Amino acid sequence: MDQKNRDSPYLPNYLTEGFTLRSWLTTNDHKRIAILYMVAITAFFFLGGAAATLMRLELATPAGDVVSAETYNKLFTIHGVVMVWFFLIPSIPAVLGNFLVPLMIGARDMAFPRLNLTSWYIYVLGGIFTVAALIAGGVDTGWTFYTPYSTTFSNSNVILVIVGVFITGFSSILTGLNIIVTVHKLRAPGLTWFRLPLFIWANYATSLILLLATPVLAMTLTLVALERLLHIGIFDPALGGDPLLFQHLFWFYSHPAVYIMVLPAMGVASEIIPCFARRPVFGYRFMAYAILGIASIGFLVWGHHMFVSGQSMYAGMVFSMLSFMVAIPSAIKVFNWTATLYKGSITFSAPMLYALGFVGLFLIGGLTGLFLASLALDVHLTDTYFVIAHFHYIMVGGSVMAYLGAIHFWWPKISGRMYPEIMGRIAALTIFFGFNLTFFPQYLLGWLGMPRRYHEYPPEFTLLNLFSSAGAAVLAVGYLLPLCYLSWSLFFGRRAGANPWGATGLEWQTSSPPPPHNFEHEPHVTRMPYDYQPVR
Amino acid sequence: MKFLFLPAASDIAQRVDLLFYTLVALTGMVAIAIITLMIVFCMRYRAGAQVDRTNPPVGLRWLEYGWTFTPLVIFLAIFCWAAVVYAHFYAPAPGAMTVFVVGKQWMWKAEHANGRREIDELHLPLGQPVRLVLSTEDVIHSFYVPAFRIKQDAVPGRYTTISFTPTREGEYWLHCAEYCGTDHARMGGRVVVMAPAAFATWLERGTSNASLAALGFELFRRKGCSGCHAAGSTVHAPDLAGVYGRVVHLQDGRTLVADEGYLRDSILLPKKDVVAGYAPIMPSFQGQLDEGELAALITYLKENRGPEK
Repeated sequence: MDQKNRDSPYLPNYLTEGFTLRSWLTTNDHKRIAILYMVAITAFFFLGGAAATLMRLELATPAGDVVSAETYNKLFTIHGVVMVWFFLIPSIPAVLGNFLVPLMIGARDMAFPRLNLTSWYIYVLGGIFTVAALIAGGVDTGWTFYTPYSTTFSNSNVILVIVGVFITGFSSILTGLNIIVTVHKLRAPGLTWFRLPLFIWANYATSLILLLATPVLAMTLTLVALERLLHIGIFDPALGGDPLLFQHLFWFYSHPAVYIMVLPAMGVASEIIPCFARRPVFGYRFMAYAILGIASIGFLVWGHHMFVSGQSMYAGMVFSMLSFMVAIPSAIKVFNWTATLYKGSITFSAPMLYALGFVGLFLIGGLTGLFLASLALDVHLTDTYFVIAHFHYIMVGGSVMAYLGAIHFWWPKISGRMYPEIMGRIAALTIFFGFNLTFFPQYLLGWLGMPRRYHEYPPEFTLLNLFSSAGAAVLAVGYLLPLCYLSWSLFFGRRAGANPWGATGLEWQTSSPPPPHNFEHEPHVTRMPYDYQPVR
Repeated sequence: MKFLFLPAASDIAQRVDLLFYTLVALTGMVAIAIITLMIVFCMRYRAGAQVDRTNPPVGLRWLEYGWTFTPLVIFLAIFCWAAVVYAHFYAPAPGAMTVFVVGKQWMWKAEHANGRREIDELHLPLGQPVRLVLSTEDVIHSFYVPAFRIKQDAVPGRYTTISFTPTREGEYWLHCAEYCGTDHARMGGRVVVMAPAAFATWLERGTSNASLAALGFELFRRKGCSGCHAAGSTVHAPDLAGVYGRVVHLQDGRTLVADEGYLRDSILLPKKDVVAGYAPIMPSFQGQLDEGELAALITYLKENRGPEK
């Protein structure tokens, strides 16, 4: 690879294109929009994290002594709403997808640059409504907005939050649309579908879900608002509606939404692991097909959230079987990542630690998903801490680990600087340890029968909750560390050069930070992705 | 080790536990195998280690198919096992005792057939199959007894049921498992499983009410049901003696078995399932009967088998 002097600080790059706030807020450059997203979702991440910290503080003792029951209910609602819609869903697609999709496919920008900026403004507008609801006193329905509680019984700011989530949904749709068109139309010459990096496959599949599922959420929330405001009977049986209809519609979006959160994370792991194992990803085509398999079967499993809801027993059986089916492509991916390590030449920089952590935690999250897909077991485990542990292993152990791994891996490309490696490794290990200490005890709590969304709990659960709260403190430190040293490295980090990892992706063939239009010459692709040279 | 142990106090709990521990063993082995493999590869193939790295495979078709179809077969087996156990929750044993349970922000009310009522407690006899018929007066609640491994949502506007047999005497936690508002965490109490004789004594003690069926009969007359549905009425309405459990043919060609849900709908939403051969003239009783009165009325209809033929 030639990286001679291409990283001279005097080369024009996207960061030096303009320094005024105005130049950032009116940019059409996908890389700058990615940075705008990064700043916004980081703020929301720490907002959602603060709510979680207060919840764990409350749960350190069985009595409800730190906050009132009402406040606790508002805390878990805001934690869920913020983390799902304002952090996890946009995290990898809108930040790294925005930054990397054009670079990885050799394009100058996204297909619709102005639409791209519009989607960020829509996201911010949705965020403003949500924060306004928080300031106005919060909302206590849980992020799931189950009816008829949300439509008839709750006395909190349901409408304001629904409007916020509704608006933000359109930013998801537009980002998805943009990525789909970009991948179809702007690939560099020679970059065929089966030469695409798996990160592109993953973001492409995610975008399909964003485009197809989000409108159902928008529609459902509109119906909730109509019932709440105008008493049109849709979900409340007292008005002639059906509460299970809400659950079907809500999970028709919200289960695929889980794959919106985890597919891009799988894409990230598939970039990092081959790079640090110096070896092509094992079973590339199976990996690509598995991504598409998850995205499509993921649309057919929503009813597994409803095994005890009163839906028909036979519907439960169909959804249970389909849920086992969707686990198969996930299993294939774990096996292939493991096999990618075989005969590699492995180094353990911070991104690799995050990626390996991701695989391990995703594995545990996935395997415990089998417990919940098993009908008779789900009856006992659903709506307990077992479910909380399961989806946090997928979304925090999986998606957040991968997001942080990706931020470290592409930080040299994004900022032109290296992060401090030792600090990076310490943070990765802290997060891994803190995460397991927080969430593994919750599996046990769930099996022992502690229901979720409980402000108080029976005293026999104290010890395990104490472990969990202690873990949350470690986790909080782990998340603050990268915020500090990555900010520091923006100014004091060692200059990275075009390709510090010796990686093969197109994004590494241009200077760091990349010039405004990404490439000096349009790249021509003649090789498979992950074309790492064998190491003796 | 009390804090790590959950008693298994129903017939179904033992079946669920067997499934659970089998899955723990199975997934535990898989997790340990994969994590061990990752660690071994990471150590053996760390950069700089002098090991054989010739011909690294980039994909082996037999291996990919192998690790696709092996999980498939195992998953289908687990699915079938779990589905069979699940079906037991909804298949009451013959002679099961029906208890109506009503959720309400933030308490559980139970009504036994003899009219004995309790709040935030449920007394059950040991070894007697039980069928709970759940409803709610406001939002969705979920009746959860961890020691029984049972959980069932109570959904507004309909009945849901769950069946099991208590197999161990003692007191067990009862929780609400579906978030239902401010005091969700405090909604619950205990389930007490008693020896049958002690239960019989308990049931008789403190019952000043008439039995549910007697209460239902009184309602049947007072609310005017008998005016049309009694034998010999001049209004053309179905005779309700022995209706429970009967196959009903409907005007639109459907047939169904008359269960609590059907009777409930027929009282509150009479135009939903019109019996073949009858005009849809019955008025709705929506808003005129609370959940307790509905339970009484339905219990009366269940027990009114009509004159012996």
